[in-house]
Amino acid sequence: MSTSSPNSRVSLVSVPALAALSAALVGLAIVLAFWVAPEDADQGISQKIFYFHVPIALTAYACFGWGAWKALRLLWKGGERYDLESYVAIHQGTIFGALTLATGSIWAKASWGHWWVWDSNQLVLFLVLFLFYSAYFMLRFSIEEGPRRANVSAVYALFGVALIPVSFLAIRLAEDFIHPTTFTRDGPQMTGTMFFAFCVCWLAITLVAYTLYRVELIGKRLDANLRELREILTA
Amino acid sequence: MIQARAVEKRYGRRRALRPLDLRLERGGFLVVTGANGSGKTTLLRLVAGLAAPTGGELDVGADRGGLGYLGHEPLLYRDLTAVENLDLYGRLYRVPERRERIGMLLERYGLWEVRAERVSSYSRGMTQRLALCRALLHEPELLVLDEPYTALDGEGAELLDRQLAELAGTATVLLTTHDPGRVEPLATSRLALA
Amino acid sequence: MSYLSDVAALARKDLRLELRARDTLPAMLLFVLSTLVVFHFALPTGADEVAAQGLLWVALVFTALLGLARAWAPEREGGALEGLVLAPSDRSAIWLGKSAAVFVFLALIELVALPAFALFFSPLQAEAVLGVLLANIGICAVGTLLAAMAAASRTRELILPLLFLPLAIPLVVGGVGSSVSTDPGRYLLFLGLYDAVFAILCWASFEYVVSE
Repeated sequence: MSTSSPNSRVSLVSVPALAALSAALVGLAIVLAFWVAPEDADQGISQKIFYFHVPIALTAYACFGWGAWKALRLLWKGGERYDLESYVAIHQGTIFGALTLATGSIWAKASWGHWWVWDSNQLVLFLVLFLFYSAYFMLRFSIEEGPRRANVSAVYALFGVALIPVSFLAIRLAEDFIHPTTFTRDGPQMTGTMFFAFCVCWLAITLVAYTLYRVELIGKRLDANLRELREILTA
Repeated sequence: MIQARAVEKRYGRRRALRPLDLRLERGGFLVVTGANGSGKTTLLRLVAGLAAPTGGELDVGADRGGLGYLGHEPLLYRDLTAVENLDLYGRLYRVPERRERIGMLLERYGLWEVRAERVSSYSRGMTQRLALCRALLHEPELLVLDEPYTALDGEGAELLDRQLAELAGTATVLLTTHDPGRVEPLATSRLALA
Repeated sequence: MSYLSDVAALARKDLRLELRARDTLPAMLLFVLSTLVVFHFALPTGADEVAAQGLLWVALVFTALLGLARAWAPEREGGALEGLVLAPSDRSAIWLGKSAAVFVFLALIELVALPAFALFFSPLQAEAVLGVLLANIGICAVGTLLAAMAAASRTRELILPLLFLPLAIPLVVGGVGSSVSTDPGRYLLFLGLYDAVFAILCWASFEYVVSE
């Protein structure tokens, strides 16, 4: 599969290959996480979700960062393609952000019996980011397509990455006066095998995200090309 | 002064201006006509720098300080007086001897009596005259006027005729109108958009 | 410096407009006072003083939102924003002038709201007031830019709160912290950091928000 749009770069790896590789890695990751890596002494089986929760969270950050980078390129140099790339990256980031919240919630329920805890700074941060990036889509789709929409979306995406560290700092500071809970917040201490399993999971999920990103981009570009063709034919 | 090669503008799927070539020399007077929706306003906005073309090349030989624009909206603050509006723009455009220039323009366009009244109390013709003053305030070398006659009353239209006659040859003028006959004597080139 | 005189001219324009119209400030004032009264009824007895301090920030954020929703209204009505964008002055001056005016409005409201809060609930420390001032800067800087973004959107009034609230969370943390914490200095420093980071970001990016 290749895009016919003049905007697409020539990529080194084709999407089907990426998809196959991702699927294989995810399979390997699941096997490693559930069957090979030893159970954590304290948390037992619920700790297994960390193998996915943390990589998903890291991938979400990466997507937001990637989206912001594309946004910066758009504002700096211009070029319609960056708008689409930024949007798709942020879209993926938001999906993975939602997954982070979901897996985090499952982990919280499994570990402490509550579907939500304000305890985990990471989780609270993702809640804030999820709100922020949800607003991104509402903003984007309430503006008419065109350079204005692209510019505004790009600026907002940049605000997002600035918000990530600032918010994290804020949440840390808020610990002081937000009622502290009695839950322990230590992550699992990882042995060698666990660490290896974790890395494989991380790689797998990053690859899945990248594959989805490429797939969505292709889909949207095909859409745009089709529209152009239709216009030329009917004009 | 203005050079356009295959300049076009689209907003996503919507094409606002089809690819267009254009040349306007310094001191020229270009009259643009066309039906509604043919892209006249879009073209003028591109030249004025309010929008960037999505295709082709556009070269405008005047920077923001040398360009005067009159659009469909008056670009004024309704709750400020004529003097206050022009004073603000005068500052932003670094107009020398601001007060004198404002006074001269207001008098010339018959707004001196109402200079201390808010724009919200003006008639449409008066507002358009003030918008014209705003466009002329900094003595621009390129004047971009989008259907300036449409909102003007009879007296205002005559004043504009006189002003354009004065400017023809010294300033470059790009103007759209539904009544090309009126400015025909001044035009050095004409463009009809489909 | 002509940049600063542009900013001053623009800020003066906004102050003059509000002085004339007198619609936004009285509304914000009434809103903040009503909100404080609502909070009195919303806090059950036994709720501590500290909770009330937190609510002050809720009141301030939402009052600011009320004012910000109207921040660019004069530019919209006559199309004046395009007039400002056309001018040779730096586009960021438009943002800075408007932010400065919004800051003045918010500060004027707080001149009444903070004593009212002290009257209804509990007195405020000096650090809390400083926190309010620092947070103001962030609210005005970010809020003004977001309001300009919202102005480009079809769902103007609806979307501004959605854009603003996530970005306001750190400000609320900083503000509440400076009121209730035993070490308010940290929170004030944090507010300063927020202001610096986001003011620079707004200053650099406003140009793109208003350009097509």
